[in-house]
Amino acid sequence: MAEILFELAGISKSYPGVMALDDVSLRVCRGEVLGLIGENGAGKSTLMRVLGGVVAPSKGVIRIGGTEHARMTVNEATQAGIAFVHQELNLFENLDVAANVFIGREKLVGGPLKLVDSAEMRARVTPLLERLGADFTPDTLVENLSIAERQMVEIAKALSIDARVIIMDEPTSSLTISETERLLEVIADLKAHGISVIYISHRLGEITTCADRVMVLRDGRTVGELARNELSHAAMIRLMIGRDLKALHTPPKRPSQPGGCDIVGFVTSAFPDRQIDLSVRHGEILGLAGLVGAGRTSLARAAFGIDPLLGGEIRIDNAPIAIASPRDAIRQGIYLLPEDRKKSGLVLELPIRENVTLASLLNYARMWLVSGPAERKVAKEQVRRLSIKVPSIDMEAVTLSGGNQQKVVLGKWLSMQPRMMFFDEPTRGVDVGAKSEIYALMRELADQGVAIVMISSDMEEVIGVSDRIAVMHEGSVSGVLEREQFSEYNVLQLAIGQAPDTVEAAAP
Amino acid sequence: MNKKDLGLVLLLVVISAVTGAINPAFLSLVNLLNMANLIGLFGVFALGEGLVIITGGIDLSLGSMFALLGVVFIDLLTTYEVPWPLALLAVLLGGLALGGIQGFLVTRLKMQPFIVTLCGLLIYRGAARYYTSDSTRGFGYGDEAATLSSIASGNVAGLPNTFILLIILALVLGVLLHRSVYGRWLYAVGKNEEAARFSGISTNIVIATAYIISGGLAGISTVLFVFYTNSVSPSSFGNFYELYAIAAAVLGGCSLRGGEGSILGIVLGTALLQVLQNLVNILGIPNSLNFAVMGTVILIGVLADHQLQARRRRKMALAGVVRARPRSTAERQQGAAARNADALPARTGDQA
Repeated sequence: MAEILFELAGISKSYPGVMALDDVSLRVCRGEVLGLIGENGAGKSTLMRVLGGVVAPSKGVIRIGGTEHARMTVNEATQAGIAFVHQELNLFENLDVAANVFIGREKLVGGPLKLVDSAEMRARVTPLLERLGADFTPDTLVENLSIAERQMVEIAKALSIDARVIIMDEPTSSLTISETERLLEVIADLKAHGISVIYISHRLGEITTCADRVMVLRDGRTVGELARNELSHAAMIRLMIGRDLKALHTPPKRPSQPGGCDIVGFVTSAFPDRQIDLSVRHGEILGLAGLVGAGRTSLARAAFGIDPLLGGEIRIDNAPIAIASPRDAIRQGIYLLPEDRKKSGLVLELPIRENVTLASLLNYARMWLVSGPAERKVAKEQVRRLSIKVPSIDMEAVTLSGGNQQKVVLGKWLSMQPRMMFFDEPTRGVDVGAKSEIYALMRELADQGVAIVMISSDMEEVIGVSDRIAVMHEGSVSGVLEREQFSEYNVLQLAIGQAPDTVEAAAP
Repeated sequence: MNKKDLGLVLLLVVISAVTGAINPAFLSLVNLLNMANLIGLFGVFALGEGLVIITGGIDLSLGSMFALLGVVFIDLLTTYEVPWPLALLAVLLGGLALGGIQGFLVTRLKMQPFIVTLCGLLIYRGAARYYTSDSTRGFGYGDEAATLSSIASGNVAGLPNTFILLIILALVLGVLLHRSVYGRWLYAVGKNEEAARFSGISTNIVIATAYIISGGLAGISTVLFVFYTNSVSPSSFGNFYELYAIAAAVLGGCSLRGGEGSILGIVLGTALLQVLQNLVNILGIPNSLNFAVMGTVILIGVLADHQLQARRRRKMALAGVVRARPRSTAERQQGAAARNADALPARTGDQA
């Protein structure tokens, strides 16, 4: 066994009323990738905060290099070589890469004048970026970088303080498939240089690829540890939720009906020179795959009336529908579950009740005056139907977990009559349990005859949930796969604009 | 009534009691009715300002609007001898139109409310002064608008009509804001415009309507002020009044970030401001300290409110009700956290 870098032993952390961590032990060896998985609320984040010195444990010891600490300060953790790459990146967009890497530790010149030595900082950052294979320069402004590139900046920052352990919390949740692969390569390289990585992710495929060892947390306890050769989706999921998830795909109750929604010759402002043609039948879930930036979200936004449509039209059962605003779309029964639920899906500081009825309020009003009882009834119905776990419908949406927030957004639409629904990354940041509930709900809606388009970058989800998959590449649909053609390989091929393996790319 | 409003009532009572104890004249009927009149005068347009602030905007143009609409109003009555109902209608429509223009610039042309209404402030004032060649306009000795005058500055059983009008408008707007679909949309737009848009709310119309209502109320206020002063000198009429309205709204619980505030709060805020002004006079505090007293009270009030809210949030977090720290606060502190913690986060997300 390699040298143990540090060890947490018997760590407990209790908040009033909650046992966030209960006797958790963890060790990290030099140059190993430790996967850390668990549903939301399992205690992963608290554990990492203990490690980072942000939170003091109630019990337990932290051993680093032979010395024992009852708790660590942030500075001690930094000195011990522990660095974070944040889920929501903490970078200053208005500064350049080098300034971000050295933020708070700027190289100075001019003695008492304390001027910032930009040249020196850039010179020091260049080799780090080269090592990470980044193709931007240290003087690039962070606001001009993609999310994947920003992540590289964070990693460069960790390397610049000689980190021995880098903690990555959901690093790929916003990355494209190829960027994810790139990140996994970087992790392998870090490992080769003797740097350890703690990799937290909901995406089990990535964990399987990169982890040497996986630790599973549930309800604040360690429920299992898997060695590299024991890693399998089924084993990990079983430990995470304590039961086997049945195969994701539930077939539709009946073959999809004739008729449906046709998107004909759509031209969106993101790709003014491309046309999109796509059809979704009533009762089917159409997965919409592709790299981030392939125009999937633009398609959904245009269909929902958020962005102007430069050309083309939507037809439902062959009747063309005019959509100039989200209001028109909603009136036609076309709904969108947006990608960013906190920004576009919810008014976080309003109660659940008001969020659920926000889009349909006029239905519960007489002479424009809201009827309290009618509104409460609808909100309660949705909370029950979607099993949103809340003590009261008057709680602010901000207090809910990711999965429950997503369900509130869903409740907003399901309180009306959908005909076509776009789900844009419906399970991003949602825990495994809520995920399968959302899938079941999508299936239920489809069985009621709703045409569903599910935009997703999660390969397991695309393949597991869809009845057909349409793949987009640079602003247009590059192919549609039927269920028997489903494979990661085929989806990826189409996503990068190549022909799929077996059959000819079916025309949309 | 929410806690904030209750706190304001309490503050109002305590200040009045203390002032009354020091100088009983404060609580005399004459003084109280005089204050009621002023509260009515300043409350009407504060209501409109409050609506605009709830959308996350601001209206700086109100005082200048009074000057411009005021000189036009007097000119219509005296020079052109227009019947007063028509003149009244013209001023109301003028206010609605100016509000509409500002609303259009803010929503359709995506200009910042501060800039749009600051330019309004400068333009209307300039227009009023140019129109009158900077000379004061007043009523002659005729009774151009005796009826309207007696309505605007009269009273019912001693209670000033301005105050009664404020109560009526507050009730109407209270229903609009707190009971109607439009009110719900207004708060939603103020708190998160994008999510409101994604819910099919025509956010531009909702916001523009707030500016239009504010303009209309400014029209009403113009008429009230004209009959209160009986003349308009275009360079000083209504100066700083928009700041009174903003102060009243903020004191009444509106947040300049939008999405917060209540009609009752705005009325109470206006009342508190007028009580403070009156108190400066009654207690013999030098009049020059007027603004300073007002500023101090607002500062302390808003500060206390922040502290109380922070405490409430801490309590809720401790009780485990809030499992995650409210994101908005967390995000606001993110920058600071990054600086303090260097490479370490205050949170790693995903804590729910």
